[in-house]
Amino acid sequence: MATAHSRAAARLTMAPAVVLLLGWMLIPLSMTLYFSFQRYNLLMPGDEAWIGFLNYEYFLTDPAFFAALWNTLLLVGGVLVITIAGGTALALLLDQPFWGRGVVRLLVIAPFFVMPTVSALVWKNMFMNPVNGLFASLAKGLGLPPVDFLAQIPLASIIVIVAWQWLPFATLILLTALQSLDSERLEAAEMDGAGPLDRFIHIILPHLARAMTVVTLIQTIFLLSVFAEILVTTNGGPGTATTNITFLVYAQSLLQFDVGGGSAGGIVAVILANLVAIFLMRMIGRNLDI
Amino acid sequence: MGEIVLKGVTKSFGAVSVIPPLDLTIANGEFVVFVGPSGCGKSTLLRLIAGLEDVSSGVIEIDGKDATAIPPAHRGLAMVFQSYALYPHMTVRNNIAFPLKMARLDKATIDRKVEAAAGVLNLTPYLDRRPGQLSGGQRQRVAIGRAIVREPAAFLFDEPLSNLDAALRVNMRIEISELHSSLATTMIYVTHDQVEAMTMADKIVVLNAGRIEQVGSPLELYSRPRNRFVAGFIGSPRMNFIDGTAAGEDGAATIGVRPEHLALSTTGGRWCGTVTVSEHLGSDTFVYVQADGVGTLVARAGGEFPVHHGDRVWLTPQPGKLHRFDAEGMAIAGTGQDRAGAAAAVGASNPRGSE
Repeated sequence: MATAHSRAAARLTMAPAVVLLLGWMLIPLSMTLYFSFQRYNLLMPGDEAWIGFLNYEYFLTDPAFFAALWNTLLLVGGVLVITIAGGTALALLLDQPFWGRGVVRLLVIAPFFVMPTVSALVWKNMFMNPVNGLFASLAKGLGLPPVDFLAQIPLASIIVIVAWQWLPFATLILLTALQSLDSERLEAAEMDGAGPLDRFIHIILPHLARAMTVVTLIQTIFLLSVFAEILVTTNGGPGTATTNITFLVYAQSLLQFDVGGGSAGGIVAVILANLVAIFLMRMIGRNLDI
Repeated sequence: MGEIVLKGVTKSFGAVSVIPPLDLTIANGEFVVFVGPSGCGKSTLLRLIAGLEDVSSGVIEIDGKDATAIPPAHRGLAMVFQSYALYPHMTVRNNIAFPLKMARLDKATIDRKVEAAAGVLNLTPYLDRRPGQLSGGQRQRVAIGRAIVREPAAFLFDEPLSNLDAALRVNMRIEISELHSSLATTMIYVTHDQVEAMTMADKIVVLNAGRIEQVGSPLELYSRPRNRFVAGFIGSPRMNFIDGTAAGEDGAATIGVRPEHLALSTTGGRWCGTVTVSEHLGSDTFVYVQADGVGTLVARAGGEFPVHHGDRVWLTPQPGKLHRFDAEGMAIAGTGQDRAGAAAAVGASNPRGSE
């Protein structure tokens, strides 16, 4: 690829992909940007006008916005903590030799293949339903009052549902990282007098650190935009208890028909996501640099 | 301190027996080398002693105490691995300090011991680097440093030099030998390289398919191999083996003679043949001869022995240096080749004298 000729050929062959990607990204982004400065409500057609930053002002001063911001952080953080801790534990278990390991590994991956709406509905109706749900039956069997999960602890319930979906992903990445650990290094630590806990803290965890940052980065990107699970379970409620930024943008533009306000919310969400991405990239850059 | 006794130790993985019943005594302060071809069970034996593998039956005693059921950390042994097995996320200082931290020693003691070990191994300037920033030889020294700070009863080395280049290997060989003389601790060293075994060992244990073929000092194995396997394994280039009628003349199924004990002559001798290759190394010349009715023989001649491809030469074993083996490959006592006639025929044919 050193000659001018081959470089030109490379540019030419890459051009369609680049143009397509740019168009795919830039056109919706600029349209959203444009709408965000417009008074544009579907209930008042023909009333469109340039209103400057008014949409942003309304969106950012809406009490629901801060609730949604906080919910988003709790959701992302909660799922990350559960999946990384649980994924590490599962990876350690699955790394042990036992009968039927291949089948069990395949089963562990299964939740990842279930689409979010389906898994959320299964959780809502089969597990968390206060009348017919499995958890309610368990509670009644123990003589306890059944918990109406999605009404009493809605955000925690959604965190559990989303964590269940993402646990296989974290387990898979951490398991492969674990398998790349040189067994001689563990044996050396064992000879050096490190017990199982010391080996975990001083050898295994540092080895997994890089995989954990990768899991954090990828999951954060997807968890910032959790939507289907909220829509089919709580619809953002009760009140705004389970409304995250993504759901707030949806509610603004498609439930209140305020396209302008929704677009402003979308731009705010893009800026927030980029802030998180920059923060994560710097953290990972430090971690990948060993 | 550091006497290791194996009594009837066996190891099998499932139905596959890797080590048949084996007895061995390693005296305190000895440098013992386990040597054998790859897959002969020498590393497994070392791992059994370390406790990283459980014996299938038998007893391992360390310092007179039964250590068979003691976990590796409490056997008082330190091991240097083939891959060094350093902790990549820790500095050299923390790598060396790790066993001491695990022993929950106080910080001042740890610092003192780490500094001392680093001093011995010339690692002081590198203490704050990570293993990834060190050369192969330095990593090897860190691995040794991590072993010596524990002041173990014995050191176990598992092919520690096999990842180093040739020049560095010779240097590290000398360093490990010097370390042994200064520490005077028992060392068990596993290698497939008979040169390492010959140069470093007080005692060599030659293993083949899990069995001990012979135990002895390097020169003992060299001059009095108990069987054909040991005779062929020790020495470089390897011993020439001659079967058939030529061996029958000496009353053996096979006779063996080392290249350095074959006298070359251009005028006369016991076996006559054609030179196929001559390797001139400067100090020595290795001459490969297709001997008539005997097969290919290798002989060592002086540095400037002028033979070339196609020359006719005569080869004669030096008196008293011929090894005889029976049909099972076991050595027959006495060197037996002192046949009056042959010895007389050799008399005049000193290769260098005949130039």
